Amino acid sequence: MPIKVLFFASLRERIGQSQRLLETDAPLTLQEIWQRSSGEAHLPDNVLMAVNQTYVDANSLVQPGDEVAFFPPVTGG
Amino acid sequence: MQYVDVRETPFEPWQYLAAWQAQQLPENAHSGATAVFVGTMRDFNEGDDVMGMYLEHYPGMTERQLATLVAEAAQRWSLDAALVVHRVGEILPAQPIVLVAVWSAHRAAAFEACRHLMETLKHTAPFWKRETLSNGTVRWVDRNTPG
Repeated sequence: MPIKVLFFASLRERIGQSQRLLETDAPLTLQEIWQRSSGEAHLPDNVLMAVNQTYVDANSLVQPGDEVAFFPPVTGG
Repeated sequence: MQYVDVRETPFEPWQYLAAWQAQQLPENAHSGATAVFVGTMRDFNEGDDVMGMYLEHYPGMTERQLATLVAEAAQRWSLDAALVVHRVGEILPAQPIVLVAVWSAHRAAAFEACRHLMETLKHTAPFWKRETLSNGTVRWVDRNTPG
């Protein structure tokens, strides 16, 4: 089961893609997912992360089949 | 009763509120207090004239996060009911962006819960504003106003 990776808003424009599938049989760290999917070495401090549509911190492990999202600080309301 | 509506079409907050209250709260005499916040699009930001805005969101997570915030507030302040309506998509100046309404037995809980819901929404609900200025520049809004 691949890990589905999503990028939103200004981050999507910076990375140049909105969605990517990462093939993996083992859990991955968010840092690994960021590097593989964005091509950028370091996960910026201000990037927010969600796994399966719930906020997580950068130390969380992501399982095959999960949906991961990276996005900039939110500005609704 | 807790309700969240993320919508692509414009809405009139007072009509929405009246209709929702009539349909969903037929016996709300228990509530002594109703607090309401309406957020409307300004025609300026950061010193520039703004002609329009596009509000992007994360379908699925947005509704989930708003429902979580509403449920937490309803429990913390013992609310009788809570409602959050939020626009996405193309928005023009003077159009409502967000409606937050809460019903509770007493005013302190209503004011505090309404304020709390609005502030936590602005900092945790996955919405992003991209505004178009009068000179044609398109830019992402990178932070909220302090209050």
